[in-house]
Amino acid sequence: MSLLEIRNLHASASGKEILRGINLTINTGEVHAIMGPNGAGKSTLSAILTGNPQYEVTQGEILYKGRNLLEMKPEERAWEGIFLSFQYPIEIPGVSMVNFMRTAVNAQREYRGLPALTATEFLRLMREKRAVVQLDNKLANRSVNEGFSGGEKKRNEIFQMAMLEPTLSILDETDSGLDVDALRIVSDGVNRLKSAERSTIVITHYQKLLEYVQPQFVHIVYRGRIVKSGGPELGDRIFTEGFDWVKQEFDAS
Amino acid sequence: MSSQYLDLYRTQRALIDEHAAPVLNAQREAAAEVLQRVGLSRPKDYTHVDPEALLAADYSINLARYVVPTDHNDLFTCAVPELSTSVHYLVNEQLVSHTREGADGVFSGSLREFALRYPDVAARYYNRLAMNEEPPYDVRSQGTNVTAHRPLGEAALNTLFCQDGFVLYVPEGVTVERPIQLISLLRAVEDFMACQRILIILGEGAKASVLVCDHASQLRACTLLSLQVTEIFAGAYSTLDFYELEEHHADCRRLSSVYVEQQEGSNVAVGQYALTAGQTRNRVYIDLCGHDANTRLYGLCIADRTQKVDNITYIRHRAPKCQSDELFKYVLDEEACGSFVGRILVQEGADKTDAHQTDRNLILTPQCHIVARPELEIYADDVKCSHGATTGQLDPAALFYMRTRGIPEAEARLLLMFAFMGDVIDGIRIEPLRDRLKHLVEKRFRGELDQCRTCAIKK
Repeated sequence: MSLLEIRNLHASASGKEILRGINLTINTGEVHAIMGPNGAGKSTLSAILTGNPQYEVTQGEILYKGRNLLEMKPEERAWEGIFLSFQYPIEIPGVSMVNFMRTAVNAQREYRGLPALTATEFLRLMREKRAVVQLDNKLANRSVNEGFSGGEKKRNEIFQMAMLEPTLSILDETDSGLDVDALRIVSDGVNRLKSAERSTIVITHYQKLLEYVQPQFVHIVYRGRIVKSGGPELGDRIFTEGFDWVKQEFDAS
Repeated sequence: MSSQYLDLYRTQRALIDEHAAPVLNAQREAAAEVLQRVGLSRPKDYTHVDPEALLAADYSINLARYVVPTDHNDLFTCAVPELSTSVHYLVNEQLVSHTREGADGVFSGSLREFALRYPDVAARYYNRLAMNEEPPYDVRSQGTNVTAHRPLGEAALNTLFCQDGFVLYVPEGVTVERPIQLISLLRAVEDFMACQRILIILGEGAKASVLVCDHASQLRACTLLSLQVTEIFAGAYSTLDFYELEEHHADCRRLSSVYVEQQEGSNVAVGQYALTAGQTRNRVYIDLCGHDANTRLYGLCIADRTQKVDNITYIRHRAPKCQSDELFKYVLDEEACGSFVGRILVQEGADKTDAHQTDRNLILTPQCHIVARPELEIYADDVKCSHGATTGQLDPAALFYMRTRGIPEAEARLLLMFAFMGDVIDGIRIEPLRDRLKHLVEKRFRGELDQCRTCAIKK
């Protein structure tokens, strides 16, 4: 059954049209990679899926679990299992990771009719999930992302993903700025969360992450549209030949 | 406007004097002269509270010392968990708890009793800072009316009618272990003005901490004005924490002036926390008179509806190698107005001064109004000084980030506002009080602190 259906999606930011008719269907258990040159609209797509108020949908629709996603508030989308690993995670001085995560987890539990976790249960969960991405305990006691290195911020994103156990994970260039070791830790974390009930969208420029995460589907976004879709071999071709052939093919048509 | 008060004073002088101590009475004539000469503070274009307009109303003043019937147990408890305090109560401006005098020479209690028993000490300190007409050391204001910079008129008005108040006297070398909590309650059934007076004297090397909680109970709709004068003398190498927490209702007016004089090596923390207010104007004057003195002046203001809160501060570095650290933060919602006017003056000769001032403000609606006026004047060499003022809104990127994690928008806003106040609260040096204020600030942001409910005032 399809988890996510994007139909003819047009979107703009500050009056400038960025997405010009995206069509994409993602079924439960699938991993999709989205690639494309800078400025093609990849991050805009992830922003639309999570309800960023800075973007405006001008046309089209998105169905998530059969519901109209565009009518849902960002927090409601999170409760329904959508998670975005930010390309640039936000620093929130003064809000501790513990407080932030506890509020998030318990809000989700409340939505699902579950009782709030006790302090002990919560700390046990934190400990368990922290191990998934080898996140240092001292980071968990600091303010959200404040003073974290680039790699720590990305690991922190995957840690939050592990805590919230999303149905649809969107990884927006989670691999950028990571060294080889950190990339492996992050990829391991992502792989551990893969299951037949969960789907993943990976936005990336690099081959390494795709080698680890192994998507079944690869889509090329160019000028606000998906101009090419295929299997893993499409990704391989991009890495050897770049985007020029796609651009030429598209611009000629 | 001051004439109505001067008339009252002149006709009631005998009655006022009868209930007070000679030391207090001795100051009245000079105060009357000052009030006549300078009048009350005129509104400024950068402040919101207009003292002259507030004082124009026809308030009753309790000159005959009619005792408001109170029973402490029946009245209120202002619980700070984990904090064992010595509690004193002021109802309107009258001390209703018993004076305590320890074998170590520590006196805490009634100003009237103190002035009767120790007239020499009282005379040496009472009104020395509040009625000080020494012109401010200020190049720009030369030739202008320098007294306009100080709320002399209000201090004079307080002095005219002051009959009692609270004193803390700590002799040389003595440490008062338990924080002293002064719970001040306004309680009246008609428009009423309380002339509250606090005097704190710390001898050389003495240590103490004082927490003042300002409350009001509204028995009937009426305007309550608290006209406060606090004088603090910190002797050489003494340490004092002085925190004031305001939880007033919309019909309360507070005109407060705190004067601090610090000798060499003294360490003073002053905190001004306006949790709920009607109209409030806080003035704090700190004079660093001896070398190596250290000051921390922190304040927060949370205001909504049509509340108005002005903070006017003036830190004078008059001696070398002193440090001052000032931090004020405002969160304004709905149609609230606020002003922060902070001046740091480094006088000639105050070399190696280390002075920093920060004012940060959050305004949540387009109807809020904030004025920030940081001022730094330096007439000394080799100093380290900084000031900064910012005003803005909640960070939309942080809000969105939190919402994508499933934190509801209202909760996310609350977490951000609370985080914003974090460093002001962390500046409190008494840990249980810090935790208590954290709790109160959170309740305030959640809208659960409507008047004095947390202090469990039983009606």
